[in-house]
Amino acid sequence: MDQNQRAPLRQRLVSWFILFLGGLYFFVPLIATIDFSLRARKGVLSALAYQRVLSDPRFASAFTFSLEMALLTVVVGVILVVPTAYWIRLRLPQLRPVVEFITLMPFVVPAIVLVFGLIRVFSRPPLLLTNSFTGTQILLVAGYVVLVLPYLYRAVDTGLQAIDIRTLTEAAQSLGAGWWVIITQIIFPNLRSAILSGAFLTITIVMGELTMASFLVGLRAFGPYMSQVGQNRAYEGAALAVISFALTWAFTMLFQFVGRRALGGDQAFGAR
Amino acid sequence: MQPSPEFSPPRPRPGSGLMVWIGVAPFFIFAALFMLLPSFSLLVGSFRDTQGHFTLDNIRSLFTPSILSAYSISIRISLTTALGGGLFGFLLAYAVTLGGLPRWARDALLTFSGVASNFAGVPLAFAFVATLGRLGMVTVLLKTLGVDIYEIGFNLYSFWGLSLTYMYFQFPLMVLIIAPALEGLKREWREAAENLGASTWDYWRMVALPILTPSILGAIILLFGNAFGAYATALSLTGGLINLITILIGAQIMGDVLYNPGLGYALSFGMIVIMAINMAIYYVLRRRSERWLRR
Repeated sequence: MDQNQRAPLRQRLVSWFILFLGGLYFFVPLIATIDFSLRARKGVLSALAYQRVLSDPRFASAFTFSLEMALLTVVVGVILVVPTAYWIRLRLPQLRPVVEFITLMPFVVPAIVLVFGLIRVFSRPPLLLTNSFTGTQILLVAGYVVLVLPYLYRAVDTGLQAIDIRTLTEAAQSLGAGWWVIITQIIFPNLRSAILSGAFLTITIVMGELTMASFLVGLRAFGPYMSQVGQNRAYEGAALAVISFALTWAFTMLFQFVGRRALGGDQAFGAR
Repeated sequence: MQPSPEFSPPRPRPGSGLMVWIGVAPFFIFAALFMLLPSFSLLVGSFRDTQGHFTLDNIRSLFTPSILSAYSISIRISLTTALGGGLFGFLLAYAVTLGGLPRWARDALLTFSGVASNFAGVPLAFAFVATLGRLGMVTVLLKTLGVDIYEIGFNLYSFWGLSLTYMYFQFPLMVLIIAPALEGLKREWREAAENLGASTWDYWRMVALPILTPSILGAIILLFGNAFGAYATALSLTGGLINLITILIGAQIMGDVLYNPGLGYALSFGMIVIMAINMAIYYVLRRRSERWLRR
């Protein structure tokens, strides 16, 4: 970076000032939330709000539920995306624009609209799913898969680009491997970091997701649970926000760490 | 009642057997069931009355003052935060890539942006209540300094409050999208321009900005869509009291509060149309920018 030396002092000062403003925007709400979450006991700083949140059995159950949904989303998403992306690259490149269009659909159909459509389609025969808890969970996972599809597909497709799938496939075939063996023992292991980075991003997006969860499974999920706690008890709400931020931070860091190695730094954004 | 839409995968090219298509069948079946069918049913529903006959009444009912105002507020918030977030994000990205700051500033900013762009919804709303709510840290701090922002007319639960909150995920997203484009500006272009006698201003006006324009516009369009579809943040912050199009749709799902089942479909249809126009523009711009920024 020999630009450092060339940039005039005035320009560097302006740059520092802009960065300072950005830092302010980033950190002040965090500090305020942490501060607020520690004031549950009047007059002193205490971890009371955190104790109350963590001892609430509904916290554990909502948290586990959303984590399960996130992991299921990862599994279903990977099973759908990896063979498809592989097959499109290997045998059906003419389908690429169609698949790309489909994976961009979540940008055109926002989560609130998608969940509305899902409820309308799957609340009457022949595709009745909303009448049972298992059915709504299936819908929720399907909705989440749609939501993360753009990122997952791109991560996997970029990962495939980096390995020579044609040669690998031909080598495996000449040694007598069938398609099952090729996909599970050749393609999957080679895509490990792409899949892992997609998984971390999926967990980040799904864990606190409110829109789909609130209409399909309600308070069982972590997002709606947080929302309800915050409405009734402000300090506990702030504590949950801090916990949620720590999670987002941890999984985004993991995503960036793995992603940088796998994809040279891919980026994405999640559910609002 | 609902006719199931015909979904046929593209016809195989001559020479490729049917077996080839089985490999992608699960993906297309999933997309048909959980993406195309729901969207299609909303589309059909918005042109149907309760008896199942074709009608334009649902679409017509969108043109009432309260619904038009919801669309207008949604669009205005999305535009404001896309332009504001776009501008601030661009300046930040510029500061850390070309502004002469040390390398760690760039890495730190990109990391923070990755986290912040994913931090949205319920916890983000709580964080801003703790910051700029009536008892928020900044509100109280400014009050002790003699400035009561709620006296002056600021309200976190209104247009500007919501815009300020959206900015928390908007400008980091801009940084993430635009930083690689800024880094893609080749030094040779600047040197060539300088050798030909161009000033810094000339270089930006005639070389850098024309190259960056499609990326910048594309990014701003993405930010627009990002804010336009936002529901969780707005709901948690305002408790549903702000008249946004997503909030209206949410209320409609909750239980047809507007006493018109067709209206929910039409509201969603209107949203999809706006998002589709948005994405179409994005797609065209991205193709144009890729010509220049091939790495």
